[in-house]
Amino acid sequence: MTPATRFAVAIAALPLVAGAVLPSPAAEIPLNERRSAYEDMSRDNKAMQDDDTSNPGILGVLDGEMLWSTPAGASGKSCADCHGDAKSSMKGVAARHPAFDPVSGRPLDLEQRINLSRQQDQKAPPFAAESKELLALTAYVAMQSRGEPVAPPDDPRLAPFIEIGRALFNARQGQLNLSCAQCHDDNWGKSLAGNVVPQAHPTGYPIYRLEWQSLGSLQRRLRNCMIGMRAEPYAYGALEYVDMELYLMWRARGMKMETPGVRP
Amino acid sequence: MAARTLINVPPKAKRGEVIQIKTLISHVMENGFRHDNMGKPIARDIITTFTCAYNGEKIFEAALYPAISANPFITFYTVATESGTLAFQWTGDNGFSQEATAKITVE
Amino acid sequence: MTDPASRMNTTRRAFLAVAGAALLVRPAKATPASMAAAIRQAVGEAHVKPGRIKLNVPPLVENGNVVAVSVSVESPMTEKDYVKTIHIFTEKNPQPNVISFQLNARAGKAEVQTRIRLADTQTVVAICEMSDGSCWSDKVDVVLTLSACLEDPI
Repeated sequence: MTPATRFAVAIAALPLVAGAVLPSPAAEIPLNERRSAYEDMSRDNKAMQDDDTSNPGILGVLDGEMLWSTPAGASGKSCADCHGDAKSSMKGVAARHPAFDPVSGRPLDLEQRINLSRQQDQKAPPFAAESKELLALTAYVAMQSRGEPVAPPDDPRLAPFIEIGRALFNARQGQLNLSCAQCHDDNWGKSLAGNVVPQAHPTGYPIYRLEWQSLGSLQRRLRNCMIGMRAEPYAYGALEYVDMELYLMWRARGMKMETPGVRP
Repeated sequence: MAARTLINVPPKAKRGEVIQIKTLISHVMENGFRHDNMGKPIARDIITTFTCAYNGEKIFEAALYPAISANPFITFYTVATESGTLAFQWTGDNGFSQEATAKITVE
Repeated sequence: MTDPASRMNTTRRAFLAVAGAALLVRPAKATPASMAAAIRQAVGEAHVKPGRIKLNVPPLVENGNVVAVSVSVESPMTEKDYVKTIHIFTEKNPQPNVISFQLNARAGKAEVQTRIRLADTQTVVAICEMSDGSCWSDKVDVVLTLSACLEDPI
């Protein structure tokens, strides 16, 4: 199947979704009805995520574990030199990112936090967005939160950015004139082409997406959604992504972290 | 970064026990049928052979083609005969070669 | 002998042949015939019978890039009677061969797992060759569902 045919079919399926939701504005999913996209996966894909000897995301985690204790930059220090054993020091850290950074006066996501520490503490150049190294280190840090509840910081300084993220999530965009909320708040559980529309809770990032056959960040996933909506995706690192990541984590508060998640 | 391998062999087994061996290796498995954004063909870059030797004797081999997913995952069985080493080797395009070993104690 | 003119002709003829084929089937795609040829190459002229081998592939696949597959064969796996090879083929991938495993009596159990790519809805075939030279096969028709929200290749 060519990508063009896939798109054509995907578009053909869209009016069913869009038509059903036009009259009412998007409503947030009640907390007790939230579910991870894991629940909708096939038995094989669940098994792939559940078994650390078969989850390909673990290859990235192992690379990250090596990077954690490898000295970098002019400081000659490794992450471990300051933070010690990640198993204890990084537990819960991914679950509370994006977090507020007083210097920039903005939320920082986990990848940005890692790169900030590389620059400020290790005196090393930041890893490129979506590079194997950044994904590996992020996956290693985030895996230490596996099983922990998503816990966005109770920080009033984050409130305006959650609101920006919420507004972006509800804004219609792209040539299909769709919002994120129309699919993920109002029509989760229904079919879009061959997929079940998920609720879009970012509990497993970085995820090993079968479509990518690699680890990828939440920003990459958001880009995919925007391309699907025929909107022009923001560049990696755009403030809009971080605000949306923050809103999505707030929306998933209390749900269990799954990193490294496997998704179709 | 070098290729990363993840081998799962039970560290201990009873003599004669049938054990499962699971292997994962990081590799793009570029299939050679794709084009980049400029329409230029992307050259094939895959792992072509995987072997496992148990104390030096080959017990399993696989020939891989472009239809194997990135980060190849292969599992198989063998009879735990004696304590020693299982040696795994992956070879492929562009001189790719990666080895890994796992110890087993047979009682 | 290859003077430039004849070489050009050969190239042109080859191009036309490819272009002609492209009108009938999409380029770079295996066919049931090419799969049959690949099977012959793998197991020779042996008669391939259904049975003894079980191919497990989900009939409905969420993403064709990574499809979990397992193959098991009924065999005592003794020095006298064991599974020598297990092959997986597809009908409509760019090429029919997927993977070929070589086993021996030391395996104890003739069962393998891997993850494969399926380019389209199609039939997947598994064939094994026993130590006595007999060949057995199983096949599964797999439907590839359409994915939404894919990304352009990067």
